[in-house]
Amino acid sequence: MGRAWGEMGTRVIHSLRARSRQDRVVAWVLRIALASVNVLTVLIAVGLLLKSMPILRTQSLGKLLLSSTWKPLQSQFGLLPFLSGTIATTVLAMLLAVPVCLLSAVYLAEYARSRVRNWIAPVIDLLAGIPSVVYGLWGVLVIVPAVRVLGKALGYSTTGYSLLAGATILGIMVAPIIISICTEVLRAVPTEARETALALGLTRWEVTRHVVLCSSRRGILAAVVLGFARAAGETMAVLMVVGNVPRVPSSLFAPAYPLPALIANNYGEMMSIPMYDSALMMAAFVLLVVVALFNLAARLALLRFARDEQ
Amino acid sequence: MPHIRLRDLEIRYGKNTALRGINVDIPDGQLTAIIGPSGCGKTTLLKSINRLLDLYEEVQVRGEVQIDGANIYDPKADVLELRKKVGFMPQRPFPLPMSIYDNIAFGPRMHGITGEQIRVRIQQLKSQHLVEAVVGPAMSGAAPGSPMDLLVEHYLRLAGLWDEVRDRLREPAAKLSVGQQQRLALARALAVEPDVILADEPTSALDPISAKLIEKQFRLLKATYTIVVVTHVLRQARRIADYVMFMYLGELIEHGPAQQVLTAPRDERTKAYVSGEIS
Repeated sequence: MGRAWGEMGTRVIHSLRARSRQDRVVAWVLRIALASVNVLTVLIAVGLLLKSMPILRTQSLGKLLLSSTWKPLQSQFGLLPFLSGTIATTVLAMLLAVPVCLLSAVYLAEYARSRVRNWIAPVIDLLAGIPSVVYGLWGVLVIVPAVRVLGKALGYSTTGYSLLAGATILGIMVAPIIISICTEVLRAVPTEARETALALGLTRWEVTRHVVLCSSRRGILAAVVLGFARAAGETMAVLMVVGNVPRVPSSLFAPAYPLPALIANNYGEMMSIPMYDSALMMAAFVLLVVVALFNLAARLALLRFARDEQ
Repeated sequence: MPHIRLRDLEIRYGKNTALRGINVDIPDGQLTAIIGPSGCGKTTLLKSINRLLDLYEEVQVRGEVQIDGANIYDPKADVLELRKKVGFMPQRPFPLPMSIYDNIAFGPRMHGITGEQIRVRIQQLKSQHLVEAVVGPAMSGAAPGSPMDLLVEHYLRLAGLWDEVRDRLREPAAKLSVGQQQRLALARALAVEPDVILADEPTSALDPISAKLIEKQFRLLKATYTIVVVTHVLRQARRIADYVMFMYLGELIEHGPAQQVLTAPRDERTKAYVSGEIS
């Protein structure tokens, strides 16, 4: 009997030792997995920067970013049309998408019955999975003519291939992700919050507005940031409807030319032009910086919210 | 006539019957404790009294809950007015995402209270003599405070929280301890001037000392407000209840003055519960 206990004791200790070793191994695997993703980001940034060094040596950064003359044959690589195209399409897309998405999410989280929610959620996920070239085709077939009609009605001469068409397509494309994250965020607000506020004699909308939305602003901001990053980097669908004229867009109905479209349209062609390759790399780097800056701004806002709440 | 009367109340969640055959008049100006084992329908009963059950889907209510004689489940009933009259404290306190001050001022502001109404109300509150006369920091100093300041102070005093937060009214309410948050929830509920306060296990998330503070405030407030508390702590019911309702498997088994139900129950099931045989 005593011996049996002893054996069992050794076995337990032995397996404990093995298990804690396993625990350490797993911790390292997790660390390496995380590190490799981060290292990759840094490698991409460094790679792009190195590749854009040649052009940065010959022309000043200020000139590259602020000049709107894009004439590669004359070695003029002003990125302003593309930079402004990216910012304009993305910001406009968010302006179009966020209010609608937020209201949809409020409906799904606060008002809809669970049957409706269970039916809608997969449809929204499906929307998120549609390839961007399909959105692009649909944009050419539907959005571009619609924008043309609208533009004509408002007195602009436009082909329809425009900033507004690009932003609309982008807005539609980022909607599913913003809606589903916002819905989750709103549903994560504890029931007690709603009970507390309802019991003060507030209407459902007052509860949503003053309590549920206020408590979820951090999560909502995070959803917007994800949507923004996705919109800023989206290439194919925008490229197909935005017009691709290298000029700073003068109105909603004027064509634009965002950075991703520039790179996708030109990389691999006309590479014999000196500095062309480097200019496109520079464009990619600028795109990365724009998205990073926006993320940074959002992070600062989150910190501020956290400070307000703590 | 008592504020709250339940008549043949039956509540179902989908196919499950949570409550059946509930008939009781809840006495005014007293503290009523609803006791019983978990899952017996205590919380459902409590939330039926100010229609918080509306938040859940597939809830069917039959019978009547009468508040001041009117059936609140009548389609024409004014739910907002009802909820103003019947306040609620949830199990876990939820500080609204704003300052301590604004948590209290929120309800009155949402209902569009005017400065004059506040002055009238403060006079009424003072005449109740529940807490010492309000001489807020703003009043004792040179500049007189706004009427809302006085109101906030008064309700914080009623909830027994004033001394702990008087110097930090502008801080976010989330910074308070859970015990303080629960008293804040009490003050916030009081601020919309209810006649009735419902509390769902208000001390179950609290440490014993914070729980005692809540019980103390309830004892103070019960003369002015009708208070209904759900509790699964029998000792708490013994400490604070004037009237006790014992629930078991969705039925109201026994109700009566606390002394009688807790020490000389008539029903076997109540006896078993009170003596600790079932829990």
